[in-house]
Amino acid sequence: MSLLTAADLDAIRISVKVALAATAVTLPFGFVFAYLMTFGRFRGKAVVEVFINLPLTLPPVVIGYLLLLALGSHGWLSPLFELFGIRLIFTWKAAVVASAVVGFPLMVRSIRLAMGAIDHQLVHASRTLGAGKLDTLFSVILPLSRSGIVAGSSLMFARSLGEFGATIIVAGNVPGVTQTIPLAIYDYVSSPGGESAALSLCVVAISISVVVLFFHEYLGAHLARRD
Amino acid sequence: MELVMDVRKKFGDFQLDAGFSLAGDHVGIFGESGSGKSTLVGMLAGLIPPDDGEIRLDGETLFSSRDRIALPPERRRIAMVFQHASLFPHLDVEANLMYGFRRCEKANRRITLAPLVSVLKLDGLLKRGVNKLSGGERQRVALGRAILSNPRLLLMDEPLSALDDSLKYQIMHYLKSASEEFGIPYLFISHSLLEIRLMTSRVLAVGGGRVLRQATPEEVARERMGQSQVGYINLLPAELVRRIDGLYQYRWGSQGLFISAGTENPSAMFELSSRDIILFKKHPEAISARNLLQCRVSEIFPSGNKVGVEMSCGGMPLVAEVVRPAAEELDIRAGSEIYAVVKASSFRRLG
Repeated sequence: MSLLTAADLDAIRISVKVALAATAVTLPFGFVFAYLMTFGRFRGKAVVEVFINLPLTLPPVVIGYLLLLALGSHGWLSPLFELFGIRLIFTWKAAVVASAVVGFPLMVRSIRLAMGAIDHQLVHASRTLGAGKLDTLFSVILPLSRSGIVAGSSLMFARSLGEFGATIIVAGNVPGVTQTIPLAIYDYVSSPGGESAALSLCVVAISISVVVLFFHEYLGAHLARRD
Repeated sequence: MELVMDVRKKFGDFQLDAGFSLAGDHVGIFGESGSGKSTLVGMLAGLIPPDDGEIRLDGETLFSSRDRIALPPERRRIAMVFQHASLFPHLDVEANLMYGFRRCEKANRRITLAPLVSVLKLDGLLKRGVNKLSGGERQRVALGRAILSNPRLLLMDEPLSALDDSLKYQIMHYLKSASEEFGIPYLFISHSLLEIRLMTSRVLAVGGGRVLRQATPEEVARERMGQSQVGYINLLPAELVRRIDGLYQYRWGSQGLFISAGTENPSAMFELSSRDIILFKKHPEAISARNLLQCRVSEIFPSGNKVGVEMSCGGMPLVAEVVRPAAEELDIRAGSEIYAVVKASSFRRLG
């Protein structure tokens, strides 16, 4: 097995960076969204539910293409980004957006699972003890959703590491800039003689996944013990 | 505490329409499950918005659909004790106790941790996780947490229903003594008439989403005597005198009672059904029952096809029931002297 090249190391670095950033960006939105879906009462909840879960069932390539339409130079959202002087498409930030959109439903699902198990009477207790809605959210709901937040974040991180279809469309496959592990493996496999290099990166991908899953298990067990 | 509520709420088929005004520091709301009492309580606490109406507590408007006032729960200063303690599982006992205190305005922080801990006997528990508490301890912590939020009213929503009998009376004692010690009025919600009688001096009976009547617990109990399977339950507080021949001798008012189900505790509360009392016009010579009480009839009242007989026995009230012909035969009337006979095994100890 050949050692990893500089480009491979770049791919690993970019993968981890994109996955971390995607998880960090998604977490607050996922939390607020899970809260609204669990405790909120509003019209059209079912419609929102379907839309938010769409990325789970759509081919990632479709999401990538839709993102390209939205964020591209003539996209619907491009004026917004121009306003802030941000260029997204074909940068690592686009890969973050792609991962975030694809992984969002996983994050929301995990957090909702934990939030759904919270006894509503605890929320009532906190309100009658003088805590406002926001205070209750941070002092009761957030700590009791920890296990879901941990599970959602690790799932999201792992899913981001594997993101391929949407990423290649909005971020491209530029070594050292937007090339993540899956994209690098794709490159190796499609060029002659790249099998062993592909295999080394596969080993790296497996190792990272195993570490993430162990970390998830450890935190889960730790939280369970504390409760 | 002065509470005025006039509220309406519709949930599917269930319609609540209640208007009443209550005054007193130990008030009960009594009704079967599904009568609407929990909805009433939720509205008072601010957890359930009424469709329309008005809620005023001690002169302050908490809710008014006309004036578009709806104070959120955190600004009502009404603390709740729930059926299941509902302690925060991620906090230890002390953090649970202090949750409401920390959120209470400084000017209102009259009750502090130390005296509360001593009244509720929570000393050794402060650093413990709430999942390591027994049922009774959990409910004491829940009560302490509510009191420490320094509320102007404590709402107790079936706080004893999830506890077994022996714990019930122990917790009841804490509920009463803490409320008295710290001067917080309470509204006690229950489906158990016995609990209502032991905890409150005024009661609102609700049923089918409506207020049926407002009365003393005693009046409600007598009214239900005719329909109830167990008759009227007399509550007898008694002091232990001694153990004798396998029985316990207690003092109840100025009378002595022989009771099978006694304990070594110096005082106890016993219940005695109105159906377990036999009345004699004259002193019976020899009877197997261990208790023969000389009483004076203070009042007779009709109850279904029976007659309730309220007597004064050595200064203590006792209610018996007899069928109408028996009442006529014995010529029972207010002022007449009568003998009540009760078996030692008819007394049931509470707690």
